[in-house]
Amino acid sequence: MKQWYKVIDVALCHDCNDCFMADKDEFVGNDWPGYTAAQPRHGHRWVDIRRHERGTYARNDAAYLPVPCQHCQNAPCEEAGKGAVYRRPDGIVMIDLEKAKGRKDLVDSCPYGAIWWNEEADLPQKCIFCAHLLDDPSWKPHTTRCAHICPNELMKTYFVEPEEMEKMIAEEGLEAYLPELGTRPTTLYKNLYRYTKNFISAGVLVDGDCFEGATVTLHSKEGGIACTPSGAGVANCQDTSVLATRTTNFFGDFKFDGLNDGQYRLEVDAGGRKYSTEVTVKGESVNLGFIKL
Amino acid sequence: MGEVVRMTNSSTGGPVFVYVKDGKIIRMTPMDFDDSVDAPSWKIEARGKTFTPPRKTTVMPFTAGFKSMIYSDRRNMYPMIREDFDPNGERNIQNRGRSGYRRISWDEATDILVSEINRIKRSDGPAAICAEPSSHHMWGNVGYRHSTFFRFMNMMGFTYADHNPDSWEGWHWGGMHMWGFSWRLGNPEQYDLLEDTLKHSEMIVFWSSDPDGTGNFYGGYESSIRRKWMKDLGIKMVFIDPYYNHTANLLGDKWLSPKIGTDHALSFAIAYTWLTEGTYDKEYVATHTIGFDEWADHVLGKDDGIPKTCEWAEGESGVPACEIRALAREWAKRKTMLAAGGLGGWGGACRASHGIEFARGMIALATMQGMGKPGSNIYSTTQGAPLDPDFYFPGYAEGGISGDCENSAAGFKFAWRMFDGKTTFPSPSNINTSAGQHIPRLKIPECIMDGHFEWHGKGFCGGDIQHQLHPYTYPAPGYPRIKMYWKYGGPHIGTMTATNRYARMYTHPSLEFVVSQSIWFEGEVPFADLILPACTNFERWDISEFGSCSGYIPDTYQLANHRVISFQMKCIEPVGESKSDYDIYAMVAEKLGIGPQFTEGKTDLDWVRQYYNATDMPKYMTFDEFAKKGYFVVPDNPDRKKTPALRWFAEDRVRDTPDWGPRLNNSVGGKGLQTPSGKIEFVSKTLTNFEQQGYIDEYRPAMHRWIPAWEGPRCELAKKYPLGMLSPHPRFSFHTMGDGKDTFMNDIKDHRVLVDGHYYWIIRMNHVDAAARGIKEGDLVRVFNDRGSVVVAAQVGERVQPGTVHTYESCAEYAPLGTPGRSADRGGCMNILTPDRYMSKYACGMAPNSAQVQVEKWDGGIYETE
Repeated sequence: MKQWYKVIDVALCHDCNDCFMADKDEFVGNDWPGYTAAQPRHGHRWVDIRRHERGTYARNDAAYLPVPCQHCQNAPCEEAGKGAVYRRPDGIVMIDLEKAKGRKDLVDSCPYGAIWWNEEADLPQKCIFCAHLLDDPSWKPHTTRCAHICPNELMKTYFVEPEEMEKMIAEEGLEAYLPELGTRPTTLYKNLYRYTKNFISAGVLVDGDCFEGATVTLHSKEGGIACTPSGAGVANCQDTSVLATRTTNFFGDFKFDGLNDGQYRLEVDAGGRKYSTEVTVKGESVNLGFIKL
Repeated sequence: MGEVVRMTNSSTGGPVFVYVKDGKIIRMTPMDFDDSVDAPSWKIEARGKTFTPPRKTTVMPFTAGFKSMIYSDRRNMYPMIREDFDPNGERNIQNRGRSGYRRISWDEATDILVSEINRIKRSDGPAAICAEPSSHHMWGNVGYRHSTFFRFMNMMGFTYADHNPDSWEGWHWGGMHMWGFSWRLGNPEQYDLLEDTLKHSEMIVFWSSDPDGTGNFYGGYESSIRRKWMKDLGIKMVFIDPYYNHTANLLGDKWLSPKIGTDHALSFAIAYTWLTEGTYDKEYVATHTIGFDEWADHVLGKDDGIPKTCEWAEGESGVPACEIRALAREWAKRKTMLAAGGLGGWGGACRASHGIEFARGMIALATMQGMGKPGSNIYSTTQGAPLDPDFYFPGYAEGGISGDCENSAAGFKFAWRMFDGKTTFPSPSNINTSAGQHIPRLKIPECIMDGHFEWHGKGFCGGDIQHQLHPYTYPAPGYPRIKMYWKYGGPHIGTMTATNRYARMYTHPSLEFVVSQSIWFEGEVPFADLILPACTNFERWDISEFGSCSGYIPDTYQLANHRVISFQMKCIEPVGESKSDYDIYAMVAEKLGIGPQFTEGKTDLDWVRQYYNATDMPKYMTFDEFAKKGYFVVPDNPDRKKTPALRWFAEDRVRDTPDWGPRLNNSVGGKGLQTPSGKIEFVSKTLTNFEQQGYIDEYRPAMHRWIPAWEGPRCELAKKYPLGMLSPHPRFSFHTMGDGKDTFMNDIKDHRVLVDGHYYWIIRMNHVDAAARGIKEGDLVRVFNDRGSVVVAAQVGERVQPGTVHTYESCAEYAPLGTPGRSADRGGCMNILTPDRYMSKYACGMAPNSAQVQVEKWDGGIYETE
């Protein structure tokens, strides 16, 4: 049976907040009977855009992660709700407006922090995937407000068979946020590493000037070295420990991204001038500044 | 329960569908086009690919949340009078800003207003009344200030407070003398540069340019898709900005971060590299410029002993010399677009104490690489969409129902199409002219409090290059001092400079009567004696085009990916007792005895119809058909000849772009720029004349020179206030639209931070500066200098270097903790801290991106000053 999915590309989000505003526009001041009570004017973040800065000046970046209700297939709120939360056949997780009255505990049941408490309505509330609109044939955009307004089109909804989604997940490298929770979200992210993982970056200088075309290899420290690069450079090397190779741009810059915590070895070959160093990534990205050769 | 009706309207942040039920707006969305009736989109073929835009519009965040501005408990719901103000007795001027208000009827309010107008007119003449609108108040070509406001005010008579070119400054006062473009206030044309970039460019240097952050202006997020295309084509993107801006974060291959006020050190060093390595377009320079050799000597340090090397520039700007050199060398090798400022021109650096030299430096670099040749130009990716310029539909600066040719762009074409002079008439000005009385907006407080002021240039001087050099005096010869102030629209306290001045002005005894015509109770509205509640453009009729303000940005609809004409429907009745500006003026005009002349018996909807019929719209449909559909997508013209900006100049041809200038009398045989020489003048002829006439301008010499910023890292003030504060145009709000007012925007994490029940503005600082001051993320801090104090929330990170702090200007709230104008503000008016000094002695623009400040943890004090 077809299910609703939301796919969010973290690399394209620059925190414009159109989705956040559209969500407020749709739900503040509007009761949607059978779906949700109106959202309070302030305080709720049904699309919570989280900021994560990486690196240090001036090799740094920021990632923004829009976190709506993940509409999990194993939803902790559904389990905690004991009937107050249910999944529709199309996969949308809903809070029952009657049974959830007074259930403030449901706010804490969500490991993503996606459920909010409405004091006035005495109800837990969250993103309802604009189910009231998707159920309304006169709603021509036939998607959620957040996806409809997104100017970079980085937030998209799909109504497809699970098999079709599995294919897309594999082809586009989509991931769940916090998969270790085992919640199996139907909200999936592209380029999630921008938020969850780290980078190593530096600029290579030769005789004081930026060096374009240096080869930089990243090795796992534990990995074996099958051969030692000779004058030909690492590009021809059969080193099985090489995780990735980069060529410096005209600023002499390189960047290895998507790194897990661990110890790495970095080797630079700038037209025959060589440099090697060990780098530890531990929860933070690493700005090595300039490598002067 | 009634049906949901989908209506149409528009905004400064894009056109919208408005869903209305039972007289209440329930939602607003961008417009989706209907392929069965709406015209197809343009296509660009480049590098083997076809590019065509999405079939919908985009909106800015303040538009997405507009509903919360309409339904806000900060709305002025009915007319009010200051409770201790008696027009026939004690006025208690000293209590302005502190007194409460009492509800009165519209009849009572307009009686008081008309009685004061007539009293002052008969005692001093109409010029004793000053009226002043804010920029970009509400969207709509009939309701805009150039239209309805001028139509009424010109008939009533008033002294206008002219707007300075607040988003153009450096280009206006500096760039214009180098390459003309006075009709664009010194900024360049951008025609067909999207296609040119997609076809030819290899690199874009975004310099003081953040189109995804603050640079979309009136065009929603229309240009985002274009930069995605460029990125996908492998076009490299380098960003130069003291702040790691949002476009840089999204797309940048490199970020260079000069200290505030040192952009021109970088541009000089790039020029030095090209000169010494011989990597500039020598033939172009020889044939398209004057004064280049003299300027090149300056670059090389022959005149001032400072060779402008990359190492020297590193010392000034903090940007590593090797990176400046790497950029210079790549730039010389690659076809490069210089995205100087967010609009092709503009940019925060042009609104700074080095803004004149920033702008001239940008023109110099683009010139040295053959500006106008394929792929090489000044282009910011925001305009330049291939839309049909032959379809005539004016922008909102083209006069509307005023037809005021002196103070709007009505004289270009529109006034002659709108008024037949038999049955319907324009409302020209006699006082608000070069020879009458007018004052500069930036100096309203000096005019009111000191009673005398001298300056150069009347407002936006677009007629000719020299107009901005013209001297003026207040009071103008024979004219009276101002006794009444009629403020219209958004607050100045958040948007001008050193703005405690504005708060102090209101209690000056010479100001006998103050009226505020405003939608919300915010900013300086609580200083008024009388408050007239206006409504938003969702509560009245109007008409407009997406992104098209026009006027000093001709053909700005090119910000958008389609020309979308919107019928701005009256979606709901005005909230409370508020009224449209037109209805307010009509009511006052009636009591002043000028009702028939003002309205000509028409409603605002009647004017919209007359307006419609003066455009090219009737070629496609009748007004009634348009009113029913609500919007129109102007068809693409695929047969149109493409005319990239300045290609005609580069190729020494007669100008073929549809731009508004140079005028015939500034050209020779249809060729050449507007400058006297027709070329790019590294030594300006107009400024040389000015100097020879005795006007020696230290911060604007005739030649583009290295002059350290007068407020920046090297100035004396930096010893006391070591942090340079950048305060560009705001990201989520627009001028004061969207901010404050208890809107949804208060909840945007990067806009305001809620602490103890109050939503604080944000300052961004490096972790090094924060740690040195014991400041953590979210702490309330006092940002201060000799001009005042503002309490804001700290955001600690890496997006600025140590020594630089970043915030945005243009907050709507003003919340003084003690005496207004003399105590710390926690509304977020960062402009309290920016200098009121003009850019140079004779360049009368503002420099808000030059402010040396200190930051410390806020101790809860109110910081009352004398």
